Amino acid sequence: MGLASVLLTGCGPGDSGTPTLTWYINPDAGGQAEIAQRCTEEANGEYAIETSLLPNDAAAQREQLARRLAAGDDSLDIMSIDPPFVPELATFLAPVPEDVATSTTENTLEGALAGATYEDELVTVPFWANTQILWYRKSVAEAAGLDMSQPVTWDQLIEVASTQELDLGVQGSQAESMTVWINSLVESAGGTILENPEAPADEIELGIESEAGREAARIIGTIGDQGLGGPGLATSTENTSLTLFQGETGSFMVNYPFVWPATQGAVEDGTLDQSVLDDIGWALYPRVAEGQETAPPLGGINLGVGAASDAPDLAYQAIECIVQPENQTEYFLTNGNPPSNSEAYEDPQIEELFPMAETIRESLELAAPRPQTRFYNEISSGLQQTWTPPEQVEPETTPEQSADFITAVLRGERLL
Amino acid sequence: MKANGKNTDYSDRAKAERRLGWILAGPAFVIMLAVTLYPILQAFFDSLYAFRLTAPDEREFVLFQNYVTILSDPVWWRDLAVTVLITLVTVAVELVLGFALALVMHRALKAVRGWLRTAILVPYGIITVVSAYAWFYAFDISSGYVNSWFDWVPGIDPDLNWFAQASTALPVIMASEIWKTTPFISLLLLAGLAQVPDELTEAAKVDGATWWEQMRKVIIPNMKAAIMVAVLFRALDAFRIFDNVFIMTGGQYGTEVLSLLAYRTSITRLELGLGSAVSVLLFACVLLISFIAIKVFKVDLSGSTGGKR
Repeated sequence: MGLASVLLTGCGPGDSGTPTLTWYINPDAGGQAEIAQRCTEEANGEYAIETSLLPNDAAAQREQLARRLAAGDDSLDIMSIDPPFVPELATFLAPVPEDVATSTTENTLEGALAGATYEDELVTVPFWANTQILWYRKSVAEAAGLDMSQPVTWDQLIEVASTQELDLGVQGSQAESMTVWINSLVESAGGTILENPEAPADEIELGIESEAGREAARIIGTIGDQGLGGPGLATSTENTSLTLFQGETGSFMVNYPFVWPATQGAVEDGTLDQSVLDDIGWALYPRVAEGQETAPPLGGINLGVGAASDAPDLAYQAIECIVQPENQTEYFLTNGNPPSNSEAYEDPQIEELFPMAETIRESLELAAPRPQTRFYNEISSGLQQTWTPPEQVEPETTPEQSADFITAVLRGERLL
Repeated sequence: MKANGKNTDYSDRAKAERRLGWILAGPAFVIMLAVTLYPILQAFFDSLYAFRLTAPDEREFVLFQNYVTILSDPVWWRDLAVTVLITLVTVAVELVLGFALALVMHRALKAVRGWLRTAILVPYGIITVVSAYAWFYAFDISSGYVNSWFDWVPGIDPDLNWFAQASTALPVIMASEIWKTTPFISLLLLAGLAQVPDELTEAAKVDGATWWEQMRKVIIPNMKAAIMVAVLFRALDAFRIFDNVFIMTGGQYGTEVLSLLAYRTSITRLELGLGSAVSVLLFACVLLISFIAIKVFKVDLSGSTGGKR
């Protein structure tokens, strides 16, 4: 199916003169192609949607979209865009018509809406939203006497892992996941990485050199220094931390909801014991300080329309169809990607397949987007380089170093 | 095109041959200029601007500021050092290994020679990205087998994260590079070995030269051209290393090489001006290596093909 849709790209009238819209999708389990087909049928000949596959990782997706958009490629009718890349690409997007903005964001969760907006304006349409929650081994929490129905803090997790000699599932690799982690820690500590996201490059002020930044560095540094993230922490990604969590030394893990279908799949394939699955619990992303609300990571996909598209109106019409709550529900059930629309959580099947759906929904309400700036890539890469490997992160020096480094990069004085 | 004297020294036949040479090679020469010179000039032109792909309106002429920024940045020098280190180590090891393999292939019994050559060439036939992934998965801490199979070797234990620091990641990168391209060098050297006239080695044997003396005084001097060409080709190749590093570490933890820096600046950061300047500098380095090889070490690319007769 994926291959067929890649081969079928290209704009132009179909056999019956129906305008064809190309939807650049990120790889999934076939859900977007399915929705494209359904909306094509619903359109009744008004338009047809064909999908074209983007690369696997988010950064490579951004690169391809940016190159094509800057070159004025008119095949970019609809694009699946990761929220942090929205501001950078915003100048190349066709404006969202007011009626579409109203109809598609009626019940959109707070976090997802924030990720689709730039300079107080909706520039993309939220399609699905992702967030990290805290996954835990019930046996470990019980042995430690932790009441998981109450919010837990990072310090509690560190304490349990170090006394019971277990590993925490976190992502310490020099990759986007590191920015995700730092951002959530800083936001949860009441700070922000970027003070003035809309400023030009040389006027950007970072908020990382602050009490919140030092708290974030203390937590990451402690986990790294005490070896609580396992021996592979310095190169650990979402998948590696899942493997660690499923292993004998697993205790707690912060990770996206894909963990659940992946673990169930492993049990079905016989590579994992049913008892591991039964032992898994979930809660909201850990807090930095007691009494302070958590700010979980936010991800997902928004839909944008290229400014050079031949049929932006039709594209937005198609988007209205794509993001309908029913489609979002279906996409969650079949592909495991949580809806951005709160209404889409009401289907009883969701509760059955994803018992943690309510936690995910709640997490999406609290989630904080990464800095919404056109220079996101510089800030993110700068953070990744200065905050890794985790064992070398120091609260006294790391936030300051990263702030100086990123500022110099943004002013064009340093290479990244 | 410098001749051994004036044009008038050539016979009519030689002149006609030269003309035919130009007619035959001319079109290819023009195409080469179009596909290499044009992008190089474009890159140089772009490198004089502060130019970000996603902000086309903010393009600004900055003259050589990009070069100043790059050359005064420790990242450039660190990446250059890593690149040079990889080049020196891999070429040196490949030369020794490649020569040994060439000797084995050269001396092997006729019956096994074909099989032997095929077996030795297998790594070279594998796509670099594929071999890089194979090496990555072998050494990766969560999926790899190296840590558990070789934990009896001092310095290797199950908790060793090879790709978390340059001191362990670079040897793996270099080993994969050596594994992959030694066959190439050994083939070039085998061609060189085959060109050493048998009479010379026979004569040396008759004179009572030991194996080592034959090597040092007869064989190696007679295949100098082949050795230098092999070294130059591999050095240029190794200097432009990209795939292995990209797949295994992505350049993290001090393993970044120059071509990866150029890639990250142009493609990831979309800073076309700065990225072009990095590419131009990388190109200058490659030119410098060729220049040193041809002028200082006197690599003769027309070599023993009879071009100078």
